[in-house]
Amino acid sequence: MTEVARLAWMAGRIAAAFDALPEEQAAAAIAAHINQFWAPPMRRGLLAADPATLAPRVRRALSLVRPPART
Amino acid sequence: MGLIRETDFGTPVRQGEATVSLVIDGQRVSVPAGTSVMAAAMHAGTKIPKLCATDSLEPFGSCRLCLVEIEGRRGTPASCTTPAEEGMVVRTHSDRLGKLRRGVMELYISDHPLDCLTCSANGDCELQDMAGAVGLREVRYGYEGANHFDGVKDESNPYFSYDPAKCIVCNRCVRACEEVQGTFALTITGRGFDSRVAPGPTDFLGSECVSCGACVQACPTATLTEKSVIEMGQPEKSVVTTCAYCGVGCSFKAELQGDRVVRMVPHKQGGANEGHSCVKGRFAWGYATHKDRITKPMIRGSIHEPWREVSWAEAIGHAASEFKRLQATHGRDAVGAISSSRCTNEEVFLVQKLVRGALGNNNIDTCARVCHAPTGYGLKTTFGTSAGTQDFKSVAKADVILVIGANPTDGHPVFASRMKRRLRQGAKLIVADPRRIDLVRSPHIEASHHLQLLPGSNVAFVNAMAHVVVTEGLVDEAFVRERCDLGDFEAWARFVALAENSPEETERFTGVPAAELRAAARLYAAAGNGAIYYGLGVTEHSQGSTMVMGMANLAMATANIGREGVGVNPLRGQNNVQGACDMGSFPHEFSGYRHVADDATREMFEATWGRALDGEPGLRIPNMLDEAIGGGFRGLYIQGEDIAQSDPNTQHVTAALRAMECVVVQDLFLNETAQFAHVFLPGASFLEKDGTFTNAERRINRVRKVMEPLAGMAEWEVTAALATALGFPMRYDHPSEIMDEIARVTPSFTGVSYAVLEARGSVQWPCNAAAPEGTPIMHVDRFVRGTGKFMITEFVPTEERTGPRFPLILTTGRILSQYNVGQQTRRTANVAWHNEDVLEIHPFDAESRGITSGELVALASRSGEISLRAVVSERMQPGVVYTTFHHARTGANVITTDYSDWATNCPEYKVTAVQVRRTNALSRWQEMHQQEAGQLRRIAPAAE
Repeated sequence: MTEVARLAWMAGRIAAAFDALPEEQAAAAIAAHINQFWAPPMRRGLLAADPATLAPRVRRALSLVRPPART
Repeated sequence: MGLIRETDFGTPVRQGEATVSLVIDGQRVSVPAGTSVMAAAMHAGTKIPKLCATDSLEPFGSCRLCLVEIEGRRGTPASCTTPAEEGMVVRTHSDRLGKLRRGVMELYISDHPLDCLTCSANGDCELQDMAGAVGLREVRYGYEGANHFDGVKDESNPYFSYDPAKCIVCNRCVRACEEVQGTFALTITGRGFDSRVAPGPTDFLGSECVSCGACVQACPTATLTEKSVIEMGQPEKSVVTTCAYCGVGCSFKAELQGDRVVRMVPHKQGGANEGHSCVKGRFAWGYATHKDRITKPMIRGSIHEPWREVSWAEAIGHAASEFKRLQATHGRDAVGAISSSRCTNEEVFLVQKLVRGALGNNNIDTCARVCHAPTGYGLKTTFGTSAGTQDFKSVAKADVILVIGANPTDGHPVFASRMKRRLRQGAKLIVADPRRIDLVRSPHIEASHHLQLLPGSNVAFVNAMAHVVVTEGLVDEAFVRERCDLGDFEAWARFVALAENSPEETERFTGVPAAELRAAARLYAAAGNGAIYYGLGVTEHSQGSTMVMGMANLAMATANIGREGVGVNPLRGQNNVQGACDMGSFPHEFSGYRHVADDATREMFEATWGRALDGEPGLRIPNMLDEAIGGGFRGLYIQGEDIAQSDPNTQHVTAALRAMECVVVQDLFLNETAQFAHVFLPGASFLEKDGTFTNAERRINRVRKVMEPLAGMAEWEVTAALATALGFPMRYDHPSEIMDEIARVTPSFTGVSYAVLEARGSVQWPCNAAAPEGTPIMHVDRFVRGTGKFMITEFVPTEERTGPRFPLILTTGRILSQYNVGQQTRRTANVAWHNEDVLEIHPFDAESRGITSGELVALASRSGEISLRAVVSERMQPGVVYTTFHHARTGANVITTDYSDWATNCPEYKVTAVQVRRTNALSRWQEMHQQEAGQLRRIAPAAE
């Protein structure tokens, strides 16, 4: 599995790109981007990350990230 | 098919609705106003003898062979320089004209070697043809007078020779260099009888000549001749095909003797290039038959064993069983594939079909990941489709050309010639680039503004441009109201109008003086027709996608979209980047850019392919490599890519490849990646292929087979066999059947077929019921997504920062004579111009480190270190250094990092913090690479 730190960093960069959006909109945009472009192993890794290691806006978006159907 | 001889009208074919009607030799003919009498005669099927005229060049009127008689006019005017006029009555042949022409020819021949039988142009010599056409039977002056027979040949250019003894000083070569290529390398030295063609005060190789071949093509004699023709003789047949180098996608006539290529000649009917070429497409095709080609399939148990030649069946069976084993052991996501923009649409379509249908996942990616993936994301988000908006011809209507992060004269030279032609006609030029690229100042061209921004500051720059447009009232409000989403526009306008986006505030990031940026923004916004052309200097950043959207915003705000002369135009790196993306090579999209999660689309593919398909996006290349190091990704099929050289942070890439259990490489050569492979499937060069490439203007061009695949199987056949071995049978008899399937499942391709391409030459997608003739210009009446979408483009600086240890910024790029990782061009005589990667460094940075040109220097980053020679150059700005990645032994990507675009993971090749110091040794990585290169490429002797 990809290092969680790398996934957290990537998610943080996505969050930064949506920094100009209000918080709720940003959470939806971040999650939509991850759902659209991240393969299941990456989403699984992100969802398993210690939330404390994630950017605040990524943390907020996590509940909207789709858990992978298969293990 | 015989040798294609294209019609030469003698002077350019004019376009226009107004026509004039005249009578030539008793025959009435109507031609567009501005057409010469010579071209009008050719329209009527009459060839007027000529030597200094050819239809790629403006008329010159020097040879006096094309004289005609015109009723009511005195004398015998030259038909090339005389415009056809309404009611004109012209006579092209008469006793008087015949006598005059023979007299002219006598003078030419009196100073021309009479060695026709042994001359390299025998059979392809216009002087010889004209002597026949005018009925030359004697040369009354004899051959003993003063002549130029002792002129010394210039053989310095690796591809063509210059024999001054054969020169008739028609000026065609000089004019081709000026008018067609725009380099102005050639001139006529001396006066009167001493007049001679010369590449300046030096030889061809040492001159400004870029070896585009335009002069050779224009030469009517054997003066400038391809060395391949001198060596082999005249070709006997032609096959029209498409160049396999850059994204311009030039059409060529492969001129052959049997299945041996004698020369590649640019095709006048080619929509992309219209008869022009560059040094790579014209001359650098010898790699196709290079001795390094691997033509036997090979396998090995581990990368430390020598390769073992096996049958196709064994190699394909081994690859399939290994992939099945890996999936059974590690799950279906443990394997995937990478396809190549060097391969045809049909080939890449089959690779993604194999992944989705046979492997059951979406772990398919393509090399566009590391170049133009942000273009796909940015243009799809704002305009609705992932492609450039214009055809190449459009640049001829541009009033202001904004070149951002592209170096067209090196990367896309044939398009650059079109662009330079327009600039010489008076269009204004703005260049936004950290380096002073050639286009900034070249013969008869000077940029109005060179905005020498700092690498990594593109988004700050484009926001500042937009700030000027919005705050100075330069928005085309009518266009925005009619064509764009107003809510998005208003939010965007409020954002860019913030003081933090002003040129004055962003200057600290960009380094561009605010006043100059303001002037450039005003120039673009008020252009009339403002056109943006961009390259990897836009996309290969951690904000690459944001920058693409920023440019789209700018074009929409100023109404520079949806007609000729405007647009947002990616200059694609490789020949089929556009096509590879179109064909569903990204892990989240089917062909035609439809997401795999879209149920209706997926169900359509499932019904067509007879397989349940995965609705989850797959891994992108960097994700595959990360997963491999983490142990979750074990097998990779790589068609035509060399990620161990082309992708960033080489040591990370090779660690990932070493971690995999089955790497299958399909390629022409044992490239860098093949060192870490377990199965090698021999590939085919473009000369061995039937298929199509789609260029940067969405033009689908045919690739036609010139010779049989050296390895015995076409690449698409190999992919189909691998899929079949994996339990997913693929049955096609010809690539045209693959295109038929593409057309059935891809809405923008429904009108495309080989029959259509044969009939029209090429077609630009979308080509379907709504646009049966194709679509040269997109978004004319509406955007593909409906309304244009303005996106807020926050500037988020890269996390790659300079500091005391790494105080300089490295940016990487390409040069004219080499292509990508150099696997092809390094195996040609192009190494005469570039046989090693060098580090360009500004004199200030060089002096403070005691570095002079030619010295070996160590280039170090947080990723690694290499050594290469320095070239001190004022092209650079202080604090920024530059190199290329064409040579594997240099290892430029040992230096680059894992930072990537936030949206697409396109690597940030353009910003790496580095230090440079003098050295006298190769780096540790280079020493290790040298040692391993031989070890990992060993081939066991074939069994008796």
